[in-house]
Amino acid sequence: MKRTLIASGILMMLGTPAHAADDLAAIRQEIQQMKASYEARIQQLETRLAKTEAATKQADKKAEQADSKAEQASQVAAVAAQPAPSRESAFNPAISLILSGTMNHSSLSPSTYTIGGFIPSGGEVAPNARGFSLGESELAISSNIDPDYRGNFVLAMAPDNTVGIENAFVQTLGLGHGLSVQAGRFYSSIGYLNNIHAHAWDFTDAPLVYKSFLGNQYADDGVQVKWLAPTDSLLVELGAELGSGRSFPATTKDKNGTVAGAVFAHVGGDYDESNSWRAGLSYLGTGAQDRTYADVDATGVATSNAFSGKSKTWIGDFIWKWAPNGNATVHSLKIQGEYMHRNEDGNLACLDNAVTGGVCTGATGAYTSAQSGWYLQSVYQFMPHWRVGLRHDSMSSGSVALGAGLNAADFPILAAYSPSRNTAMVDYSPSEFSRFRVQYARDASRPTQIDNQFSLQYITSLGAHGAHTF
Amino acid sequence: MKMKLLITLFALTASFSAHAALNVLACEPEWGALAQELGGDKVKVANATTALQDPHRIEARPSLIARARGADLLVCTGAELEIGWLPILLRDSGNAAIQPGQPGNFEATRYVTLLEKPQRLDRADGDVHAAGNPHIQTDPRNIALVADAMSKTLATVDVANAAYYQARHADFMARWRAAIARWETQAAPLKGTVIVVQHQAYPYLENWLGLKQVATLEPKPGVEPSIASLSAVLNKLSTTPAKMIVRSAYNDDRASIWLSQRANIPAVVLPFTVGGTPAANNLFGLFDDTVSRLLAADKVAK
Repeated sequence: MKRTLIASGILMMLGTPAHAADDLAAIRQEIQQMKASYEARIQQLETRLAKTEAATKQADKKAEQADSKAEQASQVAAVAAQPAPSRESAFNPAISLILSGTMNHSSLSPSTYTIGGFIPSGGEVAPNARGFSLGESELAISSNIDPDYRGNFVLAMAPDNTVGIENAFVQTLGLGHGLSVQAGRFYSSIGYLNNIHAHAWDFTDAPLVYKSFLGNQYADDGVQVKWLAPTDSLLVELGAELGSGRSFPATTKDKNGTVAGAVFAHVGGDYDESNSWRAGLSYLGTGAQDRTYADVDATGVATSNAFSGKSKTWIGDFIWKWAPNGNATVHSLKIQGEYMHRNEDGNLACLDNAVTGGVCTGATGAYTSAQSGWYLQSVYQFMPHWRVGLRHDSMSSGSVALGAGLNAADFPILAAYSPSRNTAMVDYSPSEFSRFRVQYARDASRPTQIDNQFSLQYITSLGAHGAHTF
Repeated sequence: MKMKLLITLFALTASFSAHAALNVLACEPEWGALAQELGGDKVKVANATTALQDPHRIEARPSLIARARGADLLVCTGAELEIGWLPILLRDSGNAAIQPGQPGNFEATRYVTLLEKPQRLDRADGDVHAAGNPHIQTDPRNIALVADAMSKTLATVDVANAAYYQARHADFMARWRAAIARWETQAAPLKGTVIVVQHQAYPYLENWLGLKQVATLEPKPGVEPSIASLSAVLNKLSTTPAKMIVRSAYNDDRASIWLSQRANIPAVVLPFTVGGTPAANNLFGLFDDTVSRLLAADKVAK
């Protein structure tokens, strides 16, 4: 570039008219001198440039070294703990959403569903509606409130567009001495499956004992206190709950104090690296007042019956899990079973339905029952993502005694029967956050006919990563 | 008589608890081993997971809840590695000492510069960790940083033995620095070695030894390899050949064996953490074995 400039300058000079030969010679000499001096200067500049370039390269190298040193230094400096991100949204609670849906085929209409021999629990225990149906959409929000408390909130949106508060409770964080307390609305810790949300079940529906004895799941408004014994590796957990009795088998009462109480004990541990287990014993004691259910009287006219009295339920549960070396990525097996026994003691009334042509007169008589049931299920993961499961349900209406004044024919639902059901399922979980399931059940809950139920289900979880309870 | 017996019993338990060792619950075996190195006989260490378990995916087993209840110090990786089970342990333990924010809740990743902090957070990318890759224990220089912080934590939680922990730390660091120098010399030939890994578990090891990773067997972090994803890796290897396939002891071996046979390169099992292989019986063994296994595979590949 510089050279071209000089050359063109020289040309321009050459272009100036010369008057004499002397002049010409002088000019030529001058030009020669200029040329020489410029060339020298250019050479000087070029060497300077080369030197600078080399220096820069060295500087770069040094900078690189300094960088890596700085990196090492910063790694050392990192020992002084990294600052937490300071965005305002960092304090937003963890939010997760469960989306699920089913497609069902059943030989009998779910609207005719009953569990023979047992007072209906009034919960949504019938099989899912036939055809396509949305499952429960569950919105869960949770966060630490302050250093001492944590809040949980689960809103369940049913497919019929009704919204219910499934959980809304605060719990203590590290109260110390193995104690923890929670208050609000929560699933009781009785049994094994009771406080596990439906989306985490291994089958699309609850065992018959849960449908019949607890109306699917027992949730109450109240307080729970739990205590862990100071053991080394064997879990010993004792707990008690007091509540308002807002769900079956209890009913709320217009009274001060509590209506329902529960106590439970859990023991669990590792048999070895591959096997772990938990067993529990629970008792739920509640009172019911005018707990109504629909039935027909002796002449087949619809009526409403009401139970008032005490309801006591005992639950024994156990679960055993196996995975080679405790690594459930490829293979795992779980076997779980629960036994429930319930005694109810009080009065039963067949409400007056004379207006509609019935024979019930509103007479009240004594009612005592001792009933039981159990289920046993096993789920085996035979390869990554794929599981198969089997479940057997069995119940016995046991002894039901109706006192003077009551006509057994007016309570056809209570006729002695032993409902049972066999269920098989296969599910596929592409990730921790999604699951697809096929399930078949041969359901003999109704004393009259057997229902063949077939369902396809998807369950997905969006947002915050949930933790896996045992 | 009964009264005397009771008093003796009470005195016994009181004296026992006064002299009892510090209960440390380690989420992963490498931190358990480090706590043992630094704590000596003043600590009693229990590990929540073994080297054969995937630390992302275990359940809050009853035994772990019981251990969390009695722990004086919890030492974990953090960076959401234990998000699937640790929150339940903390909540159900009823133990104030190990709650987040307490000195008894130690997270190793807080003391190390994390690599691979994701540019975007989306579950479509698989099992990504917002804070960065949590598998920091594969670089011994990270262990040194964590050891520094852990010794201070031990001294805070158990003030009475602060001097003891300090001395153990100094002793450990002297041995550790010498060991790092030894491993670096031994592993010098590995510099620039091209590898394939099963899970994105080794960026820190690669960074330390200058290994070059060209592919992972898992199509997305935490998603088990499929035939499709393995074929894609095999394809990639035909253009950018690698020397070996690296998997951790807890990984299922079928994917790496499948690829090893087809790509005709060795599959090497690294302990990943203490206990992953018989030779990796402590932190020193962990890196001795890691380096020697890599060198052995490198020789086979040549």
